[in-house]
Amino acid sequence: MPAEFIRILIGLVAVAVSVGLIGLVMVWVERKVAGHIQRRPGPYEVGPNGVLQPLADALKLVGKQLFMPDGADPILYWLAPVLSFIPVLLLFLPLPVGDGLMALDINLGLLLILAFAGLTVLSLLLGGWASNTKYCLLGAARAVAQSVAYEIPLLLSVLAVSFVAGSLNLAEVVKGQGTWPWNWNIMTQPLAFLIYIVSALGETNRAPFDLPEAESELTAGFHTEYSGMGFGLFFLAEYANMVVVCSVATALFLGGWQGPVLPGPVWFVLKVSLLMLLMVFFRWTYPRVRFDQLLTINWKWLMPLAVLNLLATSFFVKLAQFTEVRW
Amino acid sequence: MLQNAYPDQIAGDFYTENFAKKAAEGSLILNLGPQHPSTHGVLRVVVELDGEYILRAEPVLGYLHRMHEKMAEVKTAAQFIPNMGRVDYGQALGWNWAFVGAVEKLGGIEVPERAEYVRVITSELNRIASHLLWWGAYLLDLGAFTPIMYAFDDREKILDILQIPTGSRLTYSYFRIGGVASDLNEDCVRRIREFIPWMRSRLPMYKDLVSDNIILRKRIEGIGVIEPDVCQRYGATGPVARGSGIACDLRKTEDYSVFRKLDFIAPTSELKDARGRYDVRMIEMEQSLNIIEQCLDMMPEGEVLVKGAPKPSWKAPKGESYFAVEGARGKIGVHLVSDGGKNLYRCKLRAPGYCNLSLFAEVSQGTILADAVAILGSLDLIIPEIDR
Repeated sequence: MPAEFIRILIGLVAVAVSVGLIGLVMVWVERKVAGHIQRRPGPYEVGPNGVLQPLADALKLVGKQLFMPDGADPILYWLAPVLSFIPVLLLFLPLPVGDGLMALDINLGLLLILAFAGLTVLSLLLGGWASNTKYCLLGAARAVAQSVAYEIPLLLSVLAVSFVAGSLNLAEVVKGQGTWPWNWNIMTQPLAFLIYIVSALGETNRAPFDLPEAESELTAGFHTEYSGMGFGLFFLAEYANMVVVCSVATALFLGGWQGPVLPGPVWFVLKVSLLMLLMVFFRWTYPRVRFDQLLTINWKWLMPLAVLNLLATSFFVKLAQFTEVRW
Repeated sequence: MLQNAYPDQIAGDFYTENFAKKAAEGSLILNLGPQHPSTHGVLRVVVELDGEYILRAEPVLGYLHRMHEKMAEVKTAAQFIPNMGRVDYGQALGWNWAFVGAVEKLGGIEVPERAEYVRVITSELNRIASHLLWWGAYLLDLGAFTPIMYAFDDREKILDILQIPTGSRLTYSYFRIGGVASDLNEDCVRRIREFIPWMRSRLPMYKDLVSDNIILRKRIEGIGVIEPDVCQRYGATGPVARGSGIACDLRKTEDYSVFRKLDFIAPTSELKDARGRYDVRMIEMEQSLNIIEQCLDMMPEGEVLVKGAPKPSWKAPKGESYFAVEGARGKIGVHLVSDGGKNLYRCKLRAPGYCNLSLFAEVSQGTILADAVAILGSLDLIIPEIDR
């Protein structure tokens, strides 16, 4: 269908542009917040308050020589950063930014996001494996174990919400929630929200779960050998992934674009920004957990809790259907 | 598993080759260092990994060897003092003191009482600075980026204070044979008095924000247990030994300078793990503040350099002497032999970090890579001191 095709094309261009922009803005925000947490000003030389610093960094990255270690697999080595970035663009397509404002309105939007988010781990594995370096290999091994483990509670917590909403379409889920905070899914599913946020940190390799790139043990983990834009793409993909998980959290738990007075997209961006800021705060205030502790948290706490939550939710949903009472 | 890019060449240098000979099937030999973020300088540790578990670890030294001991043989005693500031950049004054003390013992030189107090004050300030440096860097090892900035904020104040009498900020050559180079002036004393309450207000904050953090506690509690007999076998001293429950503070056990007149405790911990060593250092900072406060009150007036102090051309009398002080990392010992000539005949430096590091190979066995980093950090290693 040409109309649908054009819509997706426009959506993709808009997503590509906004991902780049968000990346730049997030780098600046992260460095500024980190600076103030650490009692220093952060970047302030390039542009007013250093707003152009990420641009300068990006230019520097583009200008750097692309380097590949001897003995590395050239095809896989260069495929990995591209592969980490491309699925991220697709992840944005089914996200409802406003009422009807989404690139791809399908009823399996949530499934699409979860499926393509699973691809990111492949790029980390390829990058770490193809580098032919021991640190990268260890980083890749960690990345796989971590991402696979954290995907499960993530999935289970998301499922609980879609049970309540009765749909996998994110727009439907958002419409099922109301304008005010007490109408949002976070009130009925607080446990799922908590599990989701923790798993999202693990899924996006953000501190305190940044084990695959733990620089005090593995120098830089899977992307140790990447220079220039090879590293740049991994970096951008990490921020884009953060935006995706925060957007999904906003749509599922925080009422999406719904909110009083202000227009929908503004509310959406506002809520996503708040969640992103939370992730930045985590990174600069907590030490890193150990790898076995990371998996323990997942398998012994998040997983059983998520399953229990799912069971309880489905029980109440069924009960509500029987008694014909909306709860 | 990993391809060797140069099959006709050897896979590593002598150490790696030699180490690899005993490697188990399917294990991975990894060089942590000499350039690695968690080794604080140019320490190199060759480890054999089975997955993330360490089967063997072996520190390789010598990347920062500068022949300080040999240099002592081509200089007069007084000319050698600047070298002592460069052995250990963490606590340079401890080394100043150990060397100067050994020469004084050899020459039978009396030190004015005020100079003793000045030595205690400055070296305790230096100890706090060293512990702060360790604290920040250790948490950086554990993945917390922020504490080091706060630690350096406090350390900066100490460096500013020490700059007044010593004239330098890191590599001090402040002590002289028979005293110290200059007295603490009014400005310096005022700033030390301002610093003490400041630091006392910061330490509880560090406890609340960092020491009690659940992730940090999980990372250091029960990790790197060092039994007292291991400490004794390897000659570990300082916070490493005290963290294993051995009361071995030279300020308490030996009678040097004015420590007998001061009221302070040398903390020990029965935990024996990284947490124990962490706690010992945190309490030591408080105790050092107490020591400084008492010294400022008790300090008599007078000279800070003995009349007729040795000139650079002074020849040490024939004989031997050994003098040890309690440094931030443990027992700093200097053994001097003089044949009565212009230069010293032999100078042996006993670095606490060297002994503390040597137990790492035994302690890290069977731990996870991340724990090994936590153990390495908890030993508080300063590489220039180890290599000398």
